[in-house]
Amino acid sequence: MALPTREVVGLLSDNLRMRGSVLPVPVRRATHWAREMGLPKGGDTVLYTGMMYQIVPYLERLGRLQARLGGSPLGPYLGLARVANRAVRGFGMRAVARPRPAERSEFEAVPANVARLLVQAGVVFGYLYEDDLYSGALTYDMGSDAVVAAHAQRVAAVLRSNHVRHVITIDPHTTTMLRSVFPRFVQPYDFDVRSYLEVLAERGLPAGHRPGTEAGSSGEVVVHDSCVYARYEGVVEAPRQLLTQAGLAVREPERAGRQTWCCGGPAESLYPAKAAAVASERVEQLRAAGTECVTMCPICLVNLRKAAKGSIAVRDISEYLMGARAETKAPV
Amino acid sequence: MTTLTPSLIGPELAALGDFDAQACMNCGICTAICPLSTDVLPRRLMRYAALGMAERVRQEEEAVFSCLLCRSCEENCPAGVHITENVRLLRRWLLEHPRRLN
Ligand code: SF4
Ligand code: SF4
Repeated sequence: MALPTREVVGLLSDNLRMRGSVLPVPVRRATHWAREMGLPKGGDTVLYTGMMYQIVPYLERLGRLQARLGGSPLGPYLGLARVANRAVRGFGMRAVARPRPAERSEFEAVPANVARLLVQAGVVFGYLYEDDLYSGALTYDMGSDAVVAAHAQRVAAVLRSNHVRHVITIDPHTTTMLRSVFPRFVQPYDFDVRSYLEVLAERGLPAGHRPGTEAGSSGEVVVHDSCVYARYEGVVEAPRQLLTQAGLAVREPERAGRQTWCCGGPAESLYPAKAAAVASERVEQLRAAGTECVTMCPICLVNLRKAAKGSIAVRDISEYLMGARAETKAPV
Repeated sequence: MTTLTPSLIGPELAALGDFDAQACMNCGICTAICPLSTDVLPRRLMRYAALGMAERVRQEEEAVFSCLLCRSCEENCPAGVHITENVRLLRRWLLEHPRRLN
């Protein structure tokens, strides 16, 4: 156990140091939506995805490939190491781990959906395109502080050179890295970082939303709070406020808000069986409260959906908010 | 025989960051609430670290690296121990202090 852990953490750190990401994601495709929307590069306020939603299908694909190929309990993690190693050396990692278009499209749609929601709320912002760097969350969680410190400097330099003062994030892990972790490594750190959920909640959704506008929605959703949003960043009220404004009835599971129960995702790479057990327990809690679950983190989305095996619907909050928006634009 | 390594807490872990397992009063609330329920996370782990039981910490490498960093424990800790940051620092310590072979 000791050797693979060191090996893998080292490889992830190498990738972050050399490539600015733990896994290489095709940047052109991952930023295509912003080009289509004509978002300017940089500016006072930027939308920062940290490539988190875009990376998750690749991580998931790697895990599944390894589960099929490797017999050892460390199979998935060793596979990640091997593939990450190839990536560092410039070989064709993407061909190995490329998720199918259907697997990618849902996750790639989230940044575009969030951008549209912000535009509709009257927020003026730009985007960093190839400078929208992964936050280093996985490397930080593994304890590789020196690598993350250097990466934080790099991200701060990118923000400064693009004249950014306000950063809008779309997932909890990027939010906590840029808001709570980077200031420990970069001084002065004069960037205001907020999740799009906080920004939208402050502005409020326009009146007139109706329940059930999202395709196939019953109009009732069970909220699964992300541990990082709820306990690290105190983001609890904003998603509830937005879902309610969108006309949805919000149901609370047994463990909610600051007492939320983990999706198991952080253990997925090293200990998939433990991750699956935690996720299954959470799915039972969610199922007891309703038939549709709303998540606000790509890792929660992937892990809970996998554990649910179709027993409950699991969707990202941006999909629900977009559904509500589409309805308000329709003539009444 | 259990060997205590006082330097684990002093120069080694404290040098890495705000390590505060010493504030733990051993109530067990954290372990009762931990979704992993490994019997090691997090109360026993905090004890091992606070007592400087370096070998025990090494033996619990799987527990240290399987922690979800979900903060369920920390949210309910009556002593306000920064359990997840301690776990993260233990990961760092394990990575930077591989077992020495005799
Ligand atoms: S809840 Fe806090 S004080 Fe109680 S055993 Fe856990 S770390 Fe120690
Ligand atoms: S942070 Fe780790 S030790 Fe604490 S409750 Fe979560 S999994 Fe258990």
